[in-house]
Amino acid sequence: MKCQKCEKPATFHITELTSGKPQELHLCEECAREYLTQPEGNEAPAPGLAGQLAQHLAVGQTAQELARLDQQSCPVCGITFFDFRNKGRLGCPHDYVCFQAELEKLLLNIHGETQHVGKRPRRTPVDTDDQTQLIRLRREMKEAIDDEHYERASELRDQMRKIKGGPDQ
Amino acid sequence: MVERQLDLESLARRCGEWLRGTGPQSDIVMSSRIRLARNLAEFPFISRATAVDRNEIEQTLRGAVLGAGSALRLDYLDVNLLEGIDRQFLVERQLISREHAESEGARGVAIDSGEQVSLMINEEDHLRIQVMHSGLDLRNAWAEMSRIDDLVGERATYAFSEKLGYLTACPTNVGTGMRVSVMLHLPALVLTRQIEKVFRSLQKINLAVRGLYGEGSQAMGDFYQISNQITLGKSEEQLVEQVGDVVPFIIDYERRAREALIKESHENLHDRVSRAYGILRTAQTISSEETMHLLSSVRMGVNLGLINDLEIPTINQLFIHTQPAHLQKLRGVELDTADRNIERARYLRRHLNKDDGRDTGQQN
Repeated sequence: MKCQKCEKPATFHITELTSGKPQELHLCEECAREYLTQPEGNEAPAPGLAGQLAQHLAVGQTAQELARLDQQSCPVCGITFFDFRNKGRLGCPHDYVCFQAELEKLLLNIHGETQHVGKRPRRTPVDTDDQTQLIRLRREMKEAIDDEHYERASELRDQMRKIKGGPDQ
Repeated sequence: MVERQLDLESLARRCGEWLRGTGPQSDIVMSSRIRLARNLAEFPFISRATAVDRNEIEQTLRGAVLGAGSALRLDYLDVNLLEGIDRQFLVERQLISREHAESEGARGVAIDSGEQVSLMINEEDHLRIQVMHSGLDLRNAWAEMSRIDDLVGERATYAFSEKLGYLTACPTNVGTGMRVSVMLHLPALVLTRQIEKVFRSLQKINLAVRGLYGEGSQAMGDFYQISNQITLGKSEEQLVEQVGDVVPFIIDYERRAREALIKESHENLHDRVSRAYGILRTAQTISSEETMHLLSSVRMGVNLGLINDLEIPTINQLFIHTQPAHLQKLRGVELDTADRNIERARYLRRHLNKDDGRDTGQQN
């Protein structure tokens, strides 16, 4: 979903109750900041903003809690919760497990449901864990190559081959 | 598996099946579109994918798509190798999204010869499948979509969870990964200022309204796309129903607004339509925005019998062929805005004055 005011992805889903009836707003961080600080033009924006965002996102009661949550990262793809909030895009399928508690609230907010009904894929992974490991190994191999740790990269490649069922050489 | 290369020049001169204007209710419903979002289980989503990952994803899905598509006669385009104008052309044609055109790195699209099916690789999700039919035809579009999804799904392992369904890069698409949308031409509701009321009622039942080219685009030419916002907790059939059930009401509402206009201000409406037609047939330079606006009046005029020498498919095609990249592809040269406006006017005169040779402008 894109921000209602610009082209960036919407990361803040705000329900406005002040005008009598609920009004849904989907904004990017920049526009949300602008929107939420608009009425109190002279006040320092930071504390009110952090509080309101935390409240609207329903992810924590205090700025500290939000800050702590923002630093949490997925062990598989490395994305932080802050990255996700900022870009509105997750990094890998495992994020749905890793940020489960926070995402469940968000999903309930967006869809009103948290259980899939409908189609299932023809092919399901033999072992979801293997798929998750492959994503992690891919990232670690890239990092090893970037750091010129070629021996480590070669080990990681062998591990990936083993999981994929290819020749272990 | 034969991988065919698509000739964009010949594609530009043709017109997609969904523009034929032959589907049910096609005086008001331009097209019915369904798209599915799918991701491979063993790769990160696009935002965390390295260049190497993107290449591998593209290779894997290209194989799966073309393997599945042997019965569909798919052509494959390596979008990363295309010029900017060609990418823009595919956006105007609604075969790829603006996001897909503007992103970077390995990515591609497979298109069927009737332009009803397109499969985008490495868009916001690894795979986005789109099926588009003329008129209000959601059930058939879904039947075709489900078949394609099964064919590709036999050749690729998707990220899927029992609880959340198909896992997508953005949580707004998780579950079915499905967006059902219907493109409506609603000039009378715009003219009678009732369109806002329609929007408000649609939003109340969780349906989104967008312009001609999807998210963030302006409602050009009085075209509006209505689509589901919720993707989780409802089956694909329920989502098709949710959108499909509401469309007849909007169609009815638009028809009544047209009838009221005819009854209460026939001369004004006829005048508006005729002037629009007149400008399109004689203008020497014209912007894309003005063209869309005037074509919209003419389209309504044809549907109401106020113009008798034009066919709906011709107008549908003009909406697309007068877009910037199309004009340049059809002309075969790159043109700046001023030259495009001249070329657009020339193109319109040529196609709207075909029968009686009344074109007063220069021809090529």
